[in-house]
Amino acid sequence: MAVNNIWVFSQANDDEATTASLELLTKARSLGGTVSAFVAGVAGGAAAQLADHGAAKIYETGDLAGALPGAAVSAAMQAVIDGGDVPDLIMFPQNYEGRDVLSRLSVKLDRTVLTNSTDVTVDGDSVTVQTPIFGGSKLVNSTFTGVVPFLAAFRPKSFEAAGGAGAAGELASAPIPDLGSTGGATITSVHVEETSGPKLDEAAVVVSGGRGLGEADKFDMVESLAKLLKGAPGASRAIVDAGWVPYSYQVGQTGKVVKPTVYVAAGISGATQHMVGMKGAKNIIAINKDKEAPIFGVADLGIVGDVHKVMPALIAALEARG
Amino acid sequence: MNVIVCVKQIPDPALPGELDPSTNTLKRDGKLILDESDSYGVEMALQLVNTAGEGSVTLVSMAPNDEVSGLRTALAMGAEKAVLVSDPVLAGADALTTAKVLAGAVGKAGDYDLIIAGTESSDGYTGTVPEQMAEVLGLPSVGFAKTIAVDGSTVRVDRQTEAGYDEVSCSLPAVVSVTAGVVEPRYPSFKGIMAAKSKPVETVTAADLGVESVSWAQSISSVEDAPAREAGEIIEDDGETFNKIVEFLDNLKVI
Repeated sequence: MAVNNIWVFSQANDDEATTASLELLTKARSLGGTVSAFVAGVAGGAAAQLADHGAAKIYETGDLAGALPGAAVSAAMQAVIDGGDVPDLIMFPQNYEGRDVLSRLSVKLDRTVLTNSTDVTVDGDSVTVQTPIFGGSKLVNSTFTGVVPFLAAFRPKSFEAAGGAGAAGELASAPIPDLGSTGGATITSVHVEETSGPKLDEAAVVVSGGRGLGEADKFDMVESLAKLLKGAPGASRAIVDAGWVPYSYQVGQTGKVVKPTVYVAAGISGATQHMVGMKGAKNIIAINKDKEAPIFGVADLGIVGDVHKVMPALIAALEARG
Repeated sequence: MNVIVCVKQIPDPALPGELDPSTNTLKRDGKLILDESDSYGVEMALQLVNTAGEGSVTLVSMAPNDEVSGLRTALAMGAEKAVLVSDPVLAGADALTTAKVLAGAVGKAGDYDLIIAGTESSDGYTGTVPEQMAEVLGLPSVGFAKTIAVDGSTVRVDRQTEAGYDEVSCSLPAVVSVTAGVVEPRYPSFKGIMAAKSKPVETVTAADLGVESVSWAQSISSVEDAPAREAGEIIEDDGETFNKIVEFLDNLKVI
């Protein structure tokens, strides 16, 4: 065998496919063979996009009706596999839903998982994924040794999304079977936290603050600078855990992965957890009073100084330029 | 209200991590401490038991050696007892094997209403074990909880999402994974630390739990250094360095 049947766990909101789905489809089609999108929910208007990015077939579970995707979508996947369409590789985005479905499916099929990966290569029957560790300073190459399907999750922005595949996008139904005892969780209400300005993971400029700001009120400086640079404010896990800003601001391993043109790290030391989320920025500016801070190891411009002095001076200078 | 909390003992994250050159797996032979991201689950469990007015908190954990110092920290916080799966054959185990082993350990921990775990460990961070355990045990699960409240035979959870959060209602027993910040973990008191020394820790092997297959279908083929970023310009602030930042931004045409 070779790797000739790849599935991509896909998601769509309001007839729009998520960027993560399109990134993985683009990569999947570069690996050769047939690519299918497996949509958690209804593809709707996103079907054309999924096909344009490489999906020859689009499985849809139908409306999840408040069920959490983990138990529901993995059961639908297993039913299709039991029905005879056995993929060689299933690619998942490293996000809340992708991770939950991957986990459940790994037990159902008794297959190992490899997560947090940023690349995948295929050599004959062999599939190898690459995973950064120790804050991205080392790359581990791991090869699946068992039987297919192989299950892997990839960090957002690991691959560039590109359309123009012109795949058929043939729709197929993959209904959710009865979940029995695992189906006991139901979403009773959905809350969307309003944000203004560009989205953190899409902004060309990201200004993030960390523990070095000293206190929650000082995060205002981060927001002011982000606004002046038409960017998005972000945060290290330390100040999210401390409750200074909401979780949606978090950049890093358990937060968002960002790859902006410019990343400004203010009062951030550069813990592994943070670095994996921002090392892909094209240009990094760091302001920190500790000259030994790991963040200076990746900074293009590093200012060893007091963030409470440098930031206000910078903000004033930019305001003066108008 | 009996709550089981899955905890992991990890190498001190403040020290630089190291790979074993023969196996390319993370070195875990030094002193292990309680993963800080598990302290939130322990605290949450203690509060839920306290609110219910009855019951106890039991820990389950897996470690390749007999290390218990991390467990003692959680016992000192107020957990009543622990089941530790300690078996050299589990060194380097994948997440699926870990989930099967922990699910087996749950069977040794007595009756329970709820299982709490962290969303991912701070050393290996595969992030799949809680949901895998739930599937092995045939239970419903809710991931990324930022609040948990128990109401009779139902647990209500606010679950973190990309856009905000969902309110989720889930039947018990269930597995819930918690984010840091769900509660503020207490520091063990002196009395707690002393009491923890005599709390029961049952040590079992994988075979004791009926986990026969301890192999995993993945192998590390190589480890390489990531391409290093070119060294940047690092300067000490003299009160004027903000101009360097303005110049830098100007060159990139972002201002």
